[in-house]
Amino acid sequence: MSTSNRPLRLLIVDDEESVRQSLHNWFLEDGHQVGAAKDAYDALEQMEKQAWDIVLLDIKMPGMDGLELQKRINEINKNTVVIIMTAYASVETAVQALKEGAYDYVVKPFSPDDLSRLVRNAAKQIELTTENVQLRQKIQQMARMEEIIGDSPQMKRVMELVETVAKSDSTVVIRGESGTGKELIARAIHSHSNRRYFPIVPVNCGALAETLLESELFGHEKGAFTGAQSRRKGKFEMADHGTLFLDEIGNISEKMQIELLRVLEAKQFTRVGGSQTITVNIRLICATNKNLEKAVEEGTFREDLYYRINVFTIFMPPLRERRSDIPLLAQHFVNRYAASMNKPITDITPEAMDLLIRHDWPGNVRELVNAIERAMVVGKPPVIKPDDLPFQLAQKVDGAKSDSLAAAEKKHISYVLTKANWNITRAAEMLEIDRVTLYNKIKRYGLRK
Amino acid sequence: MPSVHILPIHVSASTLLPALSDVIVKQIGWEAPIETIEFPFSYAFDPNRKQYNSSQLLLGLKNLLSPGADKYLAVIDLDLFIPILTFVFGEAQLDGPLAIVSTFRLHPEFYGLPKNDSLVLQRLEKESIHELGHTFSLRHCPDYQCVMTASTDVEEIDLKGVEFCPDCRAALTKCKREG
Repeated sequence: MSTSNRPLRLLIVDDEESVRQSLHNWFLEDGHQVGAAKDAYDALEQMEKQAWDIVLLDIKMPGMDGLELQKRINEINKNTVVIIMTAYASVETAVQALKEGAYDYVVKPFSPDDLSRLVRNAAKQIELTTENVQLRQKIQQMARMEEIIGDSPQMKRVMELVETVAKSDSTVVIRGESGTGKELIARAIHSHSNRRYFPIVPVNCGALAETLLESELFGHEKGAFTGAQSRRKGKFEMADHGTLFLDEIGNISEKMQIELLRVLEAKQFTRVGGSQTITVNIRLICATNKNLEKAVEEGTFREDLYYRINVFTIFMPPLRERRSDIPLLAQHFVNRYAASMNKPITDITPEAMDLLIRHDWPGNVRELVNAIERAMVVGKPPVIKPDDLPFQLAQKVDGAKSDSLAAAEKKHISYVLTKANWNITRAAEMLEIDRVTLYNKIKRYGLRK
Repeated sequence: MPSVHILPIHVSASTLLPALSDVIVKQIGWEAPIETIEFPFSYAFDPNRKQYNSSQLLLGLKNLLSPGADKYLAVIDLDLFIPILTFVFGEAQLDGPLAIVSTFRLHPEFYGLPKNDSLVLQRLEKESIHELGHTFSLRHCPDYQCVMTASTDVEEIDLKGVEFCPDCRAALTKCKREG
């Protein structure tokens, strides 16, 4: 018997040498690693030296008794499975030990079959615990911010803010243009929070009519309205112990704003058409592309709700303000679609990349994703070429009119590079941009030493 | 070549022993002579449990043996126990010279079933090879058909074979070669 293909580590704690010896020999024959301790102090010393999977513990020992030792063992390693060995006279104490977390107890002397079954079951328990830990680690790995691609200072700052706010339970408002990845940030906050083993429930407030949104958020009872044929849980209930992500919060009606504020204050609500009060424990993350301050000024967004949700704000920069991330993002999406489409396109030609970097991306990352997806569909392996992209720049920069901003930028960069003797780091410092951005601009404008 | 010495301590059905010897020769590959010794085993009797302490029997037997590569299998028809367990079919010194097996709980009559000497012999053979396997450092085997699989009741003994699985056979050969 083994856990995860390794022998069990069993510690026998009993003041009777014959018991220690016979169990020691018995478990050795099973191929386990076996230790023996003559009293509680000896056992604690051995617990400090190494981790034990199972401790078989005699409840009646001189000095510190088995119950006290069990508590200490639990403090040292809560994953250690404790099996209590007891004589008939002390079954009540064994029951007490079970109440305090012992895995099982066995009355001395026990049959070989009982002992075998006990250890087998304990091994299963250990395997389940180990599997649970592994799955949690896996969830954590999966939940890393792998999908948030970006090396620009703006995105590094966003990621820092995500890490900071995730550990708290504060309400977060994510602001930014459409397509900048606000939901991705909400999911990253959730997956880094203590609520990560519970769901994050997204609701697009802008996509639903007022009455539907009310039912969507709070649920409804059977017969609450025409078509409500059965009772339905709302998103608030679904998100209990987890996170509720309200996208496009700036688009909800005045009535829903009042409802929402009331629920956020009380953490209680009733389903539509119902009378039962439901209490929930949620963390709220909101997102909007609207200027909430302006909406408050104009009276379309309640001031009290604004202050209630505006605890911590993260601004998502538009893609045009972090152009240095475009090559990374584009390559990431190429890899993603190459895998999902099973198409051996692995790269983007410099000319096509140049177009991607220069485009203004009004639809932000979402537009970039769509552009790459289209290019992957129409393009031929092994690279994406300019013709595969869904847009063409009207003219190459080299051909830019002399009065254009691009021409001025090219002239200025060329001047600074010459001044810095083509030391890229120094030139980037002088231009107050990062090196990647400078490299991209050199490439875009075809500048040479 | 070393031998496995069969030591009948208290065996009424000694007719089982020649067949046991043959099986040991076949499975272990060493001669298995049956030797008569005088061994006052009564000291290991526990009057409260009305059973014999197998660990104490092994300790007592150890004093009678001469050191060397030989192995010794004591056979007894009395009920054996180790202090923490209600009974044992046998006990061995892991990587040591000594093992003991009892026929007491191998008889179908013990479980209220009709007498069956052939079945008792099969069980004795399996338990003897199993305990001797431990003296060659073999641990319990997860292969339910292998003789080294652990058996906590007679039904499990009946389920397994008298032979070693390939892995245990290889481990036995290695142990015999390296001493």
